[in-house]
Amino acid sequence: MTTTAFKEPVRQETPGAAAREPRRRPGRLRRVSLPYLLLLPALLLELLVHLVPMAIGMVMSFKELTQFYIRDWSTAPWSGLGNYKVSVDFDAPVGNALLHSFLVTVAFTLLSVGLCWLIGTAAAIFMQDTFRGRGLLRALFLVPYALPVYAAVITWVFMFQHDNGLVNHVLHDQLHLTGKPSFWLIGDNSFYALLTVSVWKGWPFAFLIVMAGLQNIPKELYEAAALDGAGMWQQIRRITLPSLRPVNQVLVLVLFLWTFNDFNTPYVLFGKSAPEAADLISVHIYQASFVTWNFGTGSAMSVLLLLFLLVVTGLYLLVTSRGRRASTDV
Amino acid sequence: MRSIRAAATGAVTLSLVLAATACGGGSTGGGSDDSPKTLTYWASNQGASIAVDKQVLQPELDKFQKQTGIKVKLEVVPWSDLLNRILTATTSGQGPDVLNIGNTWSASLQATGALLPWDAKNFAKIGGKDRFAGTALGSTGAADKDPAAVPLYSFAYALYYNKKIFADAGIAKPPATWDELVADGRKIQARGRSALGAEGSNPSENIHHVFVFAKQHGADFFSADGKPNFTDPKVVDAVKSYVDLMAKDKVIPAGDAEYAQNQSVSDFAKGRQAMLLWQSAAANLKSQGMSEDAYGIAPVPVISGTPGSGTQVDSAVMGINLAVFKNTHNLDGATQFVKFMTSDAEQKILNTAYSSIPPVKSTQADAAFTAPATAVLKNTLATSAAALPQVASESQFETAVGTAVKDLFADAAAGRAVTTDSVKAALQKAQQQMPAA
Repeated sequence: MTTTAFKEPVRQETPGAAAREPRRRPGRLRRVSLPYLLLLPALLLELLVHLVPMAIGMVMSFKELTQFYIRDWSTAPWSGLGNYKVSVDFDAPVGNALLHSFLVTVAFTLLSVGLCWLIGTAAAIFMQDTFRGRGLLRALFLVPYALPVYAAVITWVFMFQHDNGLVNHVLHDQLHLTGKPSFWLIGDNSFYALLTVSVWKGWPFAFLIVMAGLQNIPKELYEAAALDGAGMWQQIRRITLPSLRPVNQVLVLVLFLWTFNDFNTPYVLFGKSAPEAADLISVHIYQASFVTWNFGTGSAMSVLLLLFLLVVTGLYLLVTSRGRRASTDV
Repeated sequence: MRSIRAAATGAVTLSLVLAATACGGGSTGGGSDDSPKTLTYWASNQGASIAVDKQVLQPELDKFQKQTGIKVKLEVVPWSDLLNRILTATTSGQGPDVLNIGNTWSASLQATGALLPWDAKNFAKIGGKDRFAGTALGSTGAADKDPAAVPLYSFAYALYYNKKIFADAGIAKPPATWDELVADGRKIQARGRSALGAEGSNPSENIHHVFVFAKQHGADFFSADGKPNFTDPKVVDAVKSYVDLMAKDKVIPAGDAEYAQNQSVSDFAKGRQAMLLWQSAAANLKSQGMSEDAYGIAPVPVISGTPGSGTQVDSAVMGINLAVFKNTHNLDGATQFVKFMTSDAEQKILNTAYSSIPPVKSTQADAAFTAPATAVLKNTLATSAAALPQVASESQFETAVGTAVKDLFADAAAGRAVTTDSVKAALQKAQQQMPAA
């Protein structure tokens, strides 16, 4: 592949331009500074909405912040790295519970993102061909993404009920797949219940993005491949997936961050105290902060989570950008 | 360009002002009378819905406005949000003037320093401390401090039983001991009905029951100096006894392990279940269509007979307290409002509407609260109820132990053995999660 070097347009000098230069300077300055001035409100609001609270959270993580100081948190005594030590002491209960929650979240995220991507991609490829009812089907696919999260998840809560839920009715009463009705909202199965809801809620987004990405792949590539005798799987492997790589890189990253930080789904499904098997880190930190009122420890956990996500995102971007460079250098 | 510069300057100024406000933390002011004509009141959701609460409260607030000229802005807050809302208000200093709190949170919220202490001077403004029942005052904050709130509604647990199911099973009277309850439960199950309901996934419900079981075993979750004592063998036995109602005795159905949204009340109201341990359930049952004639109310069973004090305790002192935010801008109005809400006339109206017991002694004798059903609750509060530990970490205790019991119920429901060791391990984990005192 060859690239065309970008060339700056050659500036045409006109007679008398040098003489006008001093008078044009303030105008140029204004033109240069205008975009920054226009950006300033957004930057300030970003500072206010994200960076200031983040900085406050970091300060809190170094304080012994409990209910005794919540009224004026700045008077809470400093604990140095105490909250961090408690959070990463995996032999003690707080650190051990955090590690457990972290591992559950990693497993949940990998499975959820993988399944969302797989189902979304498969559905998008399937929907590439035109057929009767495609528009209706596409709209139906997007319903989970369009529904308000609370309403959608609370419906799943009813469906997962042990005695009257639809899930047990189908699996046990109708299909006889389970020996007795299972518990989905407590105990070990809660992980699968959470995963099911997460994938149901997340795959339409993958479908939407992949579908948009597919629009950019020239049809001629498929026609040429078909003429050369490539089957459907070979076309997907050799044309579709490589062409979707830039889209997938963003999609997987966004899905990863959303899923890892997902709070609404486990909170609505299980309430403030999730079962151990489905104790996602977002709810775990919420519980440490707002249910047991250890705001300092909760802040330290949040900072650790932020660092982890920054490292993972940085590594991901590094690896994927190297991959992209390698592919463009070929 | 001048307008752009002005806009940019405005944006910078605004953001700095907002940032300064955001960073300011809670106000440490002691209240004022800057806004004497308005009050904001956060009421907890007591009725069948928020709309029902508004219907009950608004006419009374209008009455207060007519008497004093103070307009009360009402917001009914669902239980699930209330504690978070209070914490947020405490942190920001931007809260209501008057608010309802669960009485078990009194000591925890008192520790934040956000609530107005009810010293002798403040109590004198609302008619004196002696107007209130001693049991209700026991849940208004730590024993060595001035109360952080004033009792508003009192509740107690009782055993609700379905008369028809009992008659069909040949049971003449409600059980007075746990052994009798298990025996009756088996008779009821033999006729294809479930015996006793529970909210296994609701930490707060769990904590109320295991607290009573601990009292009946002569144990406390906290030592005399306020330290968590969850692994005391008697506490372990008490918790195991409660979970065994599902794990061993099978009188609580396994499905109740995942109940957390008052489904057990619905089961009882619909006649699917013979017994329910609940606090002042009459209004709730009525709203679900259950006639008052269809059920009876008896004291919660104890180990060895008639409820009373000591190991015969059969209920926690439950209820709602009325607190004033310390940094209110209408201190005088807030005090007037508390006086109004705890007046004899209002106590009668409000406690009738919520089927609760008035904590104001002079109102308890009113004919509205002398019906046989109410008498059981009133007698329980007077003679055999105990306040939950009034320690600063009470809120954490509710969550940690309540969740441990939830997990034990999940084990029982899944058919895993609930042993003394597994109960002890769960309670040990809960104790380790408690903040250092």
